[in-house]
Amino acid sequence: MKLDPLSLAAAQHRLTALDMVFQAQSGHPGGSLSAIEIVTLLYHEILRVDPTKPDDPDRDRFVLSKGHCTPALYPALADKGFFPKEDLKTFRAMHSYLSGHPERGYIPGVDMTTGSLGQGISAAVGMALAGKMDGKSYRVYTLLGDGELDEGQVWEAAMSAAKFRLDNLCAIVDVNGLQIDGPTADVMPIEPLDQKFEAFGWHVVKCDGHDFDALRAAFAQAAATADKPTVLLAQTVKGKGVSFMENNAGWHGKAPNEEQYRIARAELEAQLAAIEKEVG
Amino acid sequence: MSEKIATRVAYGKALLEFAPEHPELVVLDADLAGSTNAAVFGNAYPDRFFDMGIAEQNMISVAAGLATCGKHVFASSFAMFSTGRAYEQVRTSVALPRLNVTVVGSHGGLSVGEDGPTHQCCEDLATMSSLPNMTVLCPCDGFEMRLAVKALLEQSGPAYLRMARLATEQFTDAIPGYTFRIGKGVTLRPGKDVTIAATGMMVSMAMKAAELLKEQGIDARVLNISTIKPLDHELLLQAAQETGCIVTTEEHSIIGGLGAAVASYLSETCPVPVIRHGVPDRFGRSGKAMDVLDYFGLNPAGIVEHVHKALALKKG
Ligand SMILES: Cc1ncc(C[n+]2csc(CCOP(=O)(O)OP(=O)(O)O)c2C)c(N)n1
Ligand SMILES: [Mg+2]
Repeated sequence: MKLDPLSLAAAQHRLTALDMVFQAQSGHPGGSLSAIEIVTLLYHEILRVDPTKPDDPDRDRFVLSKGHCTPALYPALADKGFFPKEDLKTFRAMHSYLSGHPERGYIPGVDMTTGSLGQGISAAVGMALAGKMDGKSYRVYTLLGDGELDEGQVWEAAMSAAKFRLDNLCAIVDVNGLQIDGPTADVMPIEPLDQKFEAFGWHVVKCDGHDFDALRAAFAQAAATADKPTVLLAQTVKGKGVSFMENNAGWHGKAPNEEQYRIARAELEAQLAAIEKEVG
Repeated sequence: MSEKIATRVAYGKALLEFAPEHPELVVLDADLAGSTNAAVFGNAYPDRFFDMGIAEQNMISVAAGLATCGKHVFASSFAMFSTGRAYEQVRTSVALPRLNVTVVGSHGGLSVGEDGPTHQCCEDLATMSSLPNMTVLCPCDGFEMRLAVKALLEQSGPAYLRMARLATEQFTDAIPGYTFRIGKGVTLRPGKDVTIAATGMMVSMAMKAAELLKEQGIDARVLNISTIKPLDHELLLQAAQETGCIVTTEEHSIIGGLGAAVASYLSETCPVPVIRHGVPDRFGRSGKAMDVLDYFGLNPAGIVEHVHKALALKKG
C-alpha cells in the first residue's frame, strides 16, 4: 500500500495527543485518537484558514462539536501555526489558555466554544446560514461523536440545515461505536444512521475515517453536492493506535499512568518510526 | 475524620442500600452513570435503571412520566447538564406538576477542574432554588449524603441534589447524634463573634477557617446549611441576632445561591452584614481542581478574609 503524505503528520499528532493527556493527567484519549486522520486532513488540505488572519470573514469554519477531543484539535492548530507547539505541554493547566474544551476568543483558531454535546452543530448551522445570507463562499465543517447524536438538538440542527439548504455545511460523525457508559448500540441505539440523515434531508457519505483517500473523496463529494448539507459517516476505531485503548470505552476520558504511558508511547513511536523509514 | 469519600460515591452506595425498602425507586442517567455512581445501582438493579444516553432533556421529562405512574425517580448527570441543559424540563415537567423526581447534579461547582468552564456549573443552586415546589440539597460529606438520599426517598415532591466530584474528609459521622433533616441546618461549632454559614464542600473549609480565626482571637460559629431551600430561617435568625454578622460560603456563584438566600432573608428580618464568599460573577477556568479553587479564593484563607470584612461592618 502506498503511504499517504499525511500519515507522518497523523502519527505525530497521535503521539502529541497522548503526551498531552499524560502530562495533564486528565483528558479524553479515546475519541481524540479516533479523530486524528479526520482533523489532520481538515487542517492540512481541506480548511482554507490562515493563522495570520484568524478572523478573516472569508475563512472556512471548523466547529469541534465533540468538544472533549481537544487532544486531536490542538496539535493540528499548533501545526498550522495558530500557537506555539511548546504550549501544548500546558494543556489543561491552570495558567494555560489551552483549556480542556475549546473556547472561542481564548484559543487562537477556535471558532466556537464547545464541550456541551449537541450545541456545536447548531452553531455550525448558524455560520453556514450567515455565509448564505452574506453571499460568501466559505464552507463550514463540524465534527460530532456518535454518542453525541443522542442529543435531540443534533436532529433539530439537522432539520434546520436541510430546510435552509445549507450545501456549504459538512458534518462529520466519528462513528467509533462507543460513548462513556459503553457501546452506542447498548447505551442508545442510533443506527441506521445513513437512513436517518437521508430522511432528514442530508446527502450521506460513508467512509473509513482512518483512510485519507477515502476521506478526501468524501469531502470532495460534499463540496460537489448542491442544495443540501452533507454528512460523512466516518467509521473509526476509538483509541486508534494504542492497542489497549482500542475499542475500549474505559479509555474515553482517562489519563494513562506511567506504566501505561510507557507502553502506549512505545507503540505510537514504533508506528511513527515505520512511517519515517518508508518516507526515507 | 474517618475516610475520604466523594459525595457522589456515597450517593451510589445509598441508592443500593435503600433500594430494597423502596421498590418505587427508579434511577436514570445520561451516559455518565459511572461518574455519577448511578451505575452502582444500575448493576445491581438492571430492571430499575435506565441509561437514557446523552439526552438530558428527554431524561428529565421521561422521569416525570415515570413519576406520574408511581415511581420515585432519581435522574442524574453532571450538574451542568441535568439542571442546565434540561432546565425547562425540570421546571415544567417536574416542578410545576410537583412530581416525585430528584434531579441529581454531580460534579457541581468549580471542582470538575480541568474540564473547564463548559462543565463548571456554578449556577445550579440558583436555577433550582428559583423554581417553586423545589427542595434543594447540597450535603457536605458522604455520611450526610447517605442521610439526604434516605430523607428524599421518605418525602415526596420535586428535589435537586447536588454532589461533588472530589473525595473529601467525612466528618459528620464522628459527631455524636448527628442527624439530617430537610430544611434544617446544623450548628457544627458554637461561636459569638461571627457566623460562617457554609454548604457542601465549603463546610469543612469553614471549620478550618474557624480554627485559623481562633488563633486570631475570633470566636466563629459554623453552620452547615445543607438545605438551600427551604432555608432554615430559625437557625439563621438566631445566628444573626447572637453574632451580629454572617459570612456565607459556597462553591457556587455569589448570585442566587446560599449567600443570596441568606442575605435576602436576613435583610427582611434582621439586617446584619452578610458577606457572600463564593465564585464571583465570572466563569471558571480549566485547571486542576485545587488550583482552580485557590485561584478563586475558595479555601479557608479566603473565608477568613471575608470574615474580616464582615467584622469591619459589624456595629458596636
Ligand atoms: C450535554 C452533555 N452531556 C454529557 C456530556 C458528558 N460527555 C462528554 S463526552 C461524552 C460521550 C461522548 O461520546 P461520543 O459522542 O461518541 O464521543 P467519542 O466517542 O467520539 O469520544 C459524554 C456523555 C457532555 N459533554 N455534554
Ligand atoms: Mg463515540
